[in-house]
Amino acid sequence: MTDPILKISNLTKRFGGNTAVSGINLEVQPRETIAIIGPNGAGKTTFYNMVSGRMNPTEGKIELEGQDITGLPPHKISRMGVSRSFQINNIFPEMTVQENVEVAVTAFHGHSRKLFNFASRNRAVQDEARELLGKLQILELADRRAEVISYGDKRLLEIAVVLATRPHLVLLDEPTAGMTPDETKRTTSLIRQLADTGDYTFLITEHDMDVVFGLADRILVMHRGENLFVGTPDEVKAHPEVRRAYLGEEEEEEASA
Amino acid sequence: MKQNILIGVMLVAIALLIALPWYAPFFYIFIFTEILILGLFAVSFNLIFGYTGMLSFGHAAYFGMGAYTTAMLLLHQDWPFVYTLFAAMALSGLLALVIGFLCVRLSEVYFAMLTLAFGMMVFTIAHSWRDVTNGSDGIAGFRIKEFGLGLDLTIGNPTVYYHVTLVVVGIAAVILYIISRSSFGMILKAIRQNPERVSFCGLNIRTYRLASFTIGGIFAGLAGALIAPFLRVASPELMHWSMSAEPVLMSILGGTGYFLGPFVGAAMFVLLETWITSFTESWMLFLGIVLALMVMFFRKGVLGTFLDWWMNKND
Repeated sequence: MTDPILKISNLTKRFGGNTAVSGINLEVQPRETIAIIGPNGAGKTTFYNMVSGRMNPTEGKIELEGQDITGLPPHKISRMGVSRSFQINNIFPEMTVQENVEVAVTAFHGHSRKLFNFASRNRAVQDEARELLGKLQILELADRRAEVISYGDKRLLEIAVVLATRPHLVLLDEPTAGMTPDETKRTTSLIRQLADTGDYTFLITEHDMDVVFGLADRILVMHRGENLFVGTPDEVKAHPEVRRAYLGEEEEEEASA
Repeated sequence: MKQNILIGVMLVAIALLIALPWYAPFFYIFIFTEILILGLFAVSFNLIFGYTGMLSFGHAAYFGMGAYTTAMLLLHQDWPFVYTLFAAMALSGLLALVIGFLCVRLSEVYFAMLTLAFGMMVFTIAHSWRDVTNGSDGIAGFRIKEFGLGLDLTIGNPTVYYHVTLVVVGIAAVILYIISRSSFGMILKAIRQNPERVSFCGLNIRTYRLASFTIGGIFAGLAGALIAPFLRVASPELMHWSMSAEPVLMSILGGTGYFLGPFVGAAMFVLLETWITSFTESWMLFLGIVLALMVMFFRKGVLGTFLDWWMNKND
């Protein structure tokens, strides 16, 4: 085994008397895809918020490639190669699709400090943005205003923005939530392709079990803020407690829906 | 095609502005000098408001700082005029940097209130520190002995001063326009639309907010430096909070989404004031009605509404 890209020890977040995340330990290997599952309120998004710097942990330690990043602000963690998407679309609504990605490319290359150039003539930035839109198969939308494209396309656009800062570690928060079954299938295979390039390590929270089992090398099961189990998809499927705590609930939910 | 028409309209407008003293009544030279200066003031404000999304309610502090700097340097030091402009920009920028540093960590209404509070403090200092600022009378009685740059210009002549203002405001507008279209400007627009996404792209948004605030302050200072010789006084009123409201109103009137919107707003503001006050005292009532209509029905302002309509119209 190589050194982990991400090492999380005893990560805990309390809001007043309420423990949202409790004592999570996790080591993520480079180029791994890890799915984080658990019912709503299990602490998945809080976990992301701490790893990406949006929240400070109450306790515990987060190490990225051997460096302690616990409690650093988001822009510093982003600079160190962590990029994330959000559960609710988080894009620049009044810009075109291509400009959305250009912002992130501009930020990554440090062009954002240039006051006296014309952004619209920066060919290198535009080409890089278009290449990413191509990877996400939304290049034909490049000149549309971001707020008018479909919900599913916005989710893909956000992934393009996330990848534009050339992260090593990518945190996707329910990337297929709210998508149609066709969009979900397309998005899953796109993420699969990106993972297969070996350029990225993915953490993915997801409710759709087909997506989870189709993508994940390993699965972290969270329940009420705690680490219930970590294992391969087959181990998770076979684990009785996980079936009871999460998969069981899921089936009940589906049955009642 | 439409792009070319717009460029053509711009060129005609610039030509008309240059030639103004040869066809307009003398009175309008003063009116247009004021429009240009307040237009620059409003455009400098709109970099902070329309582009970066921060409603600064104390922008007059930097405007007044520029006016006082120029007035005092002319009165006490006999500096050539052009050098006082640079000094005004430097000191206003410094003031904006210090105040901005304390304000940009707040957002939305808290930012607006804190900038307002600092604006009132600066006003009070100008008003009360009689030894330096001459209190409510302000700094007057200064004379421009020399223009600088080896140019022999009679600044005292309103037509000459109008042309000087036109050139200075023109250069400043070009610089601000380039900044608004630069990579930096693109990041400012992104911050207005979604600050969180920008910080998750790896940028410290406070730094960019502060940079925008300071640049806005620098050019407000330049506008202030131009108004002092025009009014022949630098007084505390230039720093009053009601002066801070003017660029807000002008930007909303003209439109915050286009670079020239605040200039159009400044022109409307000054012209309406001039025309309406010639037959009634209550010009603020008319301004209020116009503003209410703009905010209710034409959020993009006069220029923004027109350009959006015209650009989307089929050929």
